[in-house]
Amino acid sequence: MLDYDVKYLKYKTYLNTYCPHCNKSFNVKDKDNDVLIYKGRINGEDLEIKLSPYLDVFEVETSKPLEQDAVLDDLLCPSCGQSLIDPDTVCGECGSKVGKITISAFSKLLPFFVCLKYGCEWHGLTKADERNIKLKIPRQEMPEQDQKLRVHNFLEVPYGLTTELAQLEAGRCLQCTNPKCVEGCPVEVDIPAFIKLIRDEDYEGAARKIKEKNVLPAVCGRVCPQEDQCESKCVLGMRDAPLAIGNLERFVADWAMKMETVKAPPPPQRLNKKIAVIGSGPGGITVAADLAQLGYAVTMYEALHEPGGVLVYGIPEFRLPKSIVHFEIEYLRKLGVRMELNSVIGALYTLDDLLEMHDAVYIGVGAGLPKFMRIPGENLCNVYSSNEYLTRINLMKAYRFPEYDTPMPEGKNVTVLGGGNVAMDCARNALRCGANTVTIVYRRSRKELPAREEEVRHAMEEGINFRLLTNPIRFIGNDVNWVKGMECVKMELGEPDESGRRYPIPIEGSNFTIDTDLSIIAIGTGPNPLIFRTAPQLERNKWGYIVVDEETMETSIPNVYAGGDIVTGSATVISAMGAGRIAAKAMHRKLSSEK
Amino acid sequence: MFEVTRHEEMAQGSIIRLDLIAPQIAAKAKPGQFVIIRANEFGERIPLTIADSDPYSGIITIIFQIVGKSTALLRAFKAGDYIKDVAGPLGRPVEVDKVGTAVVVGGGTGIAILHHVTKAVKEAGNSIIGILGARSKDYIIMEDEMRLLCDEMVITTDDGSYGIQGFVTAPLQEYLDERFDIKLVYAIGPIIMMKNVCNLTRKYNIKTMVSLNPIMVDGTGMCGGCRVSVGGKTSFCCCDGPDFDGHAVDFDELEKRNNMYLKKEKDALLFSIR
Repeated sequence: MLDYDVKYLKYKTYLNTYCPHCNKSFNVKDKDNDVLIYKGRINGEDLEIKLSPYLDVFEVETSKPLEQDAVLDDLLCPSCGQSLIDPDTVCGECGSKVGKITISAFSKLLPFFVCLKYGCEWHGLTKADERNIKLKIPRQEMPEQDQKLRVHNFLEVPYGLTTELAQLEAGRCLQCTNPKCVEGCPVEVDIPAFIKLIRDEDYEGAARKIKEKNVLPAVCGRVCPQEDQCESKCVLGMRDAPLAIGNLERFVADWAMKMETVKAPPPPQRLNKKIAVIGSGPGGITVAADLAQLGYAVTMYEALHEPGGVLVYGIPEFRLPKSIVHFEIEYLRKLGVRMELNSVIGALYTLDDLLEMHDAVYIGVGAGLPKFMRIPGENLCNVYSSNEYLTRINLMKAYRFPEYDTPMPEGKNVTVLGGGNVAMDCARNALRCGANTVTIVYRRSRKELPAREEEVRHAMEEGINFRLLTNPIRFIGNDVNWVKGMECVKMELGEPDESGRRYPIPIEGSNFTIDTDLSIIAIGTGPNPLIFRTAPQLERNKWGYIVVDEETMETSIPNVYAGGDIVTGSATVISAMGAGRIAAKAMHRKLSSEK
Repeated sequence: MFEVTRHEEMAQGSIIRLDLIAPQIAAKAKPGQFVIIRANEFGERIPLTIADSDPYSGIITIIFQIVGKSTALLRAFKAGDYIKDVAGPLGRPVEVDKVGTAVVVGGGTGIAILHHVTKAVKEAGNSIIGILGARSKDYIIMEDEMRLLCDEMVITTDDGSYGIQGFVTAPLQEYLDERFDIKLVYAIGPIIMMKNVCNLTRKYNIKTMVSLNPIMVDGTGMCGGCRVSVGGKTSFCCCDGPDFDGHAVDFDELEKRNNMYLKKEKDALLFSIR
């Protein structure tokens, strides 16, 4: 899989080395092993030096015993006897003199340096050569579960990078002095720093580095649309593929989780201020973690019986294993965050109740109201909203019915309406629940599909059909009111609308029907009205989302903050976390100034 | 975790009453609202109407009929046991004005919910006529409690073992024919009963409220599983209901949607027996 040139930087790399003066090879067959033989000189005495030709086995064997840290006076070519010392370069680690030899790599001869201090393992190429070679390493992709097998299980599809792949991938990073990737990250993770720690094989340090800015690395490494964020800014991406930052983040987070090395920091001094966080999704988790670490007493209110919000009810098991979410939630508990489950705000407590009990409130309830098509037959049996379908399968574990009591929606010919990530999730779930065919029905074309490229690729690999430029206009039911088909109309693309996407227009007379016995509507969500019933004074925009001050995320009610989907409409996990971060900072600023 | 303080079986063990310690819910609960209960780690989330709540003792009462696996599971909870999850109070509370005379019609387990609603109707200053119906004498529940609230009361049974033989619609029609001060009917019970009551009162053009019990998952408006057609529009029962103007409700659709998992329900029960 990896060609020789690439492997140069890594394990078991066999070096062909030459004298830069006489071009004679240093490689010698010595008994069973190959060795590199040089002539060294120390205190006026000559000695023979043997080196392994494998890059990662840096063993030096000398004909006379040398003391540790002794520095050779000179290094000579055994053939021509000329000095190999390079007067312009010193060792990058200990500052000693270095020898310069030539190696063959990339069908080219490149200068290569070796430190002359006995015991120092520094060796390498010039900066410029190193950069050129890095640019030639291809982006390392994660191994994935076989596409034929994976549609029969709920196990995660990508396996994650192996240590070797991660090292290779991390090796590609250019360590820019002015990193653009960090600008692309809504929570400003110090990406070059954690990549450098991976290279140094300090995975624990790397995990801690990410956790400084991102409380959910294992989640974000999996579900963030990195291609639109950090990776879109990567300099490598201009010439070739960008660095796989997301995959490396996932690698580090998984490593830390397996090793259980990342411990919660020691409890800070208490501030005697109380914070209520409504909703335990990614935004709420960020606010809770940030403020708990500053010493606030944080209580999180969750309407469902399990914390995690969309991470537990929405994103399927094969994309984000629930054990990972549980692990991250446990971390939050260790930080001292209290969780009040089954607490529906607007029903059990009103916003005013919470303000009375706490110094500040953060609303991170997400956009929890499913949108429907408003077409005839939508209330037929076996027509679901994506929210219900995914909640049944993920949160209620209906795929393990009857072990779990919640029945699983079943169908042989499943249709999914919509083209976003949620639609892909529903379609892939349906396949795993035993559907014969799954069809995604989307009214625009392939180019406009809002889902992540990776999700679309996974869906296509698994054999999901795409009916593009198609819009359903009515569901057809059978005699017992179950859906049996769907009438659709073909669409064509017109002028771009305000979102910049070309608006689909129905083609008259192009009606046709699709057979379906389970239909899932995944066309987006809106703001859930429950919380606003008891807080009519909260200012909202014409779509019903909360109006906030963008600098602080404070709402029209003082000390009430909001962020995530309930402010922006359906977006990503990481953007909710970014909003949470801004709000947490602003809350801390405001609460610490009023004494 | 929510402790059960009382377990009582009614109507030959087909209807169960459980009292739970849930102080926060009890403090907020109003007639007509419901809770979502998940009995244990493997359980389903099912909506059950709050039959009574006492903010002082922090106790809520739920009364339910055993219809499937989840309700059968809840039957096993005795005083001192703990229920895993109870979320609420959900749904809109009953909103009644003083209208004069109201007829409250209850069938089967619906009587338990009706009792809580009747309290609210009574508190609004209305005089009340109660009509209770059930299969037979043994299945009439909470008769004494209802008698305390109602100014007049009629009982019907399908087999005539108690009260008048027949359905609740017969005495209701008589009242509607005789009394002109009836301005409101509240009907809670099986879907077929609510549908028949609504068909009758529609002729007399009397406002009729019904309490619906569709299948729910989260109960907070997130999933849309509980959607019902009311006046040609889709409403979410958990947020917009559970009480609706009965004349606008599409009962046939509701009945079919409620039967969606009948086969699965059998599978679940068979699995638990095995």
